[in-house]
Amino acid sequence: MEILQLIVSGLANGCIYGLIALGFALIYKAAEQVNFAQGDLMMFGAFVALGLTNDSHLGLPFWVACIGAVTAMAVLGWLLERSVLRRVFGQSQIAVVILTIAFGFLLRIAAGLIWGHDPLTLESPIAGVNQHFGGLVLGLDELTVIAVTLVLTAILFGFFSRTKLGIAMQASSQNQLAAYYMGIPVKRIHGLTWALAGAIAAVAGILFASKGSIDPNTGLLGIKAFAAAVIGGFGSLPGALAGGLIVGLIEPFAARYVASGYSQIAPYAMLILVLLIRPHGLFAQIHAKKV
Amino acid sequence: MTETLLRIRNLECFYGPVMAIRGVSLDVPEGRIVTVLGANGAGKTTLLKTVSGVMDPAKGDILLAGDSIASRDPDRIVRKGVVHVPEGREIFPLLTVDENLAMGAYTRKDRDVAADREMVFGYFPILKQRRRQTAGTLSGGQQQMLAIARGLMAGPRVMLLDEPSLGLSPLLVGDIFAILRRLNAERGVTMLLVEQNARVALDIADDGYVMELGRIVMEGSAERLRQSADIQEFYLGAERQGLRGERRWKRRKTWG
Repeated sequence: MEILQLIVSGLANGCIYGLIALGFALIYKAAEQVNFAQGDLMMFGAFVALGLTNDSHLGLPFWVACIGAVTAMAVLGWLLERSVLRRVFGQSQIAVVILTIAFGFLLRIAAGLIWGHDPLTLESPIAGVNQHFGGLVLGLDELTVIAVTLVLTAILFGFFSRTKLGIAMQASSQNQLAAYYMGIPVKRIHGLTWALAGAIAAVAGILFASKGSIDPNTGLLGIKAFAAAVIGGFGSLPGALAGGLIVGLIEPFAARYVASGYSQIAPYAMLILVLLIRPHGLFAQIHAKKV
Repeated sequence: MTETLLRIRNLECFYGPVMAIRGVSLDVPEGRIVTVLGANGAGKTTLLKTVSGVMDPAKGDILLAGDSIASRDPDRIVRKGVVHVPEGREIFPLLTVDENLAMGAYTRKDRDVAADREMVFGYFPILKQRRRQTAGTLSGGQQQMLAIARGLMAGPRVMLLDEPSLGLSPLLVGDIFAILRRLNAERGVTMLLVEQNARVALDIADDGYVMELGRIVMEGSAERLRQSADIQEFYLGAERQGLRGERRWKRRKTWG
């Protein structure tokens, strides 16, 4: 029973890591850019939702706030690509890394200025409600996180494998030059990818804030999600999710069975282990680059 | 005389600091196959990339049916009916054959795409058998067929073909060029064909140009080019029996 409890809370955390990792993988896959602001985008998305719905702020209904936050973050992602990243397109990876790290700082500062540096709690209808199944106590928040992640993954999978735009995103990541030749507007597709990554970050942020409090430094969670993305094989969407789940599951078990401090180390130990055994990650699509 | 569909005038183009194209003019009449021959580094690929909008010209103009398409974005040029079948296939390796073909038709909104796919499968039956297979697992010849088929899906008025014979066995080259000839004859697809393999290119082309170091050094009907002594020696591999056994590299090309 205790193991089951650990699995559920691990999965719920893992889903959030997985969603952030999905953002990393998405942008890397489509534009070959590494977005180190993904964690901060998540934090900012959570704060936007909080600012819209909390009684002390605007006090809008929760669902309106969710839609508002997702839309706002999609627009922010799109604007970031449009205004800054398109200018360094074709330059070294480091330029993008530095830019996105800087953008992460900006988001953290902005969130601190607008909503303050103290931890805040999102007034979410799913927070703090427990369901009892026999001896098992499951939080509604945890169940919702898992359910939303599953649904979102299914939608994304359908989008990438069924729609013309989704296939075009895959195509331009596999062979950018050929995408140009086929008349696929590659730059517009990059912008849409960033918008999608922003929207996913907002969903992850809302889910995370429903499980606990947030402050402007919450975005540093992105580092753990980055480890998850690497474990899964950077650029693989199912890999990102699986990596997130692995990291999420390791943490509570390490805390319970080893020692509490080890739960912080465990994800990175796992990362090193995976890099030693399978340097391209568990679900690598690295052969795509060789063809 | 048929109307000129694609007209290139005094085109100059830089590849980094290198001037890759030094004032090229050529005409592609509607419904014809025009070939550009030349060795590596002659600027043939740069020429095609400039026409398809992946590269911008420094000077000169490119006209499609009278409208300038120079320096436009590639997707607008594809919409206008110019499609580029690149050198080295450049298919989407992790997409299936069907998805690759769908990407060829990306710019199209009309409902004839399904009919065109059947038409394309008619020319390339092997692709129909492999339609659910990922393109990266196809053989080289099949990938080249897929690249041509994908280009056809755009419903082009002009196809720019960059070395379709590259890396293929003579048998496959024969197959693919036979299909190109059929596409031209049966569907009236105009083609600008860039090749190093002068023999097969002159075989299907109506007219030809020879490019060296970014310039057109010779032009004429395919028949005339086939008869030219320089072409025979330098592109078709004929042995010239000089009276004094003069060395090949000593002889001056006159392109006459």
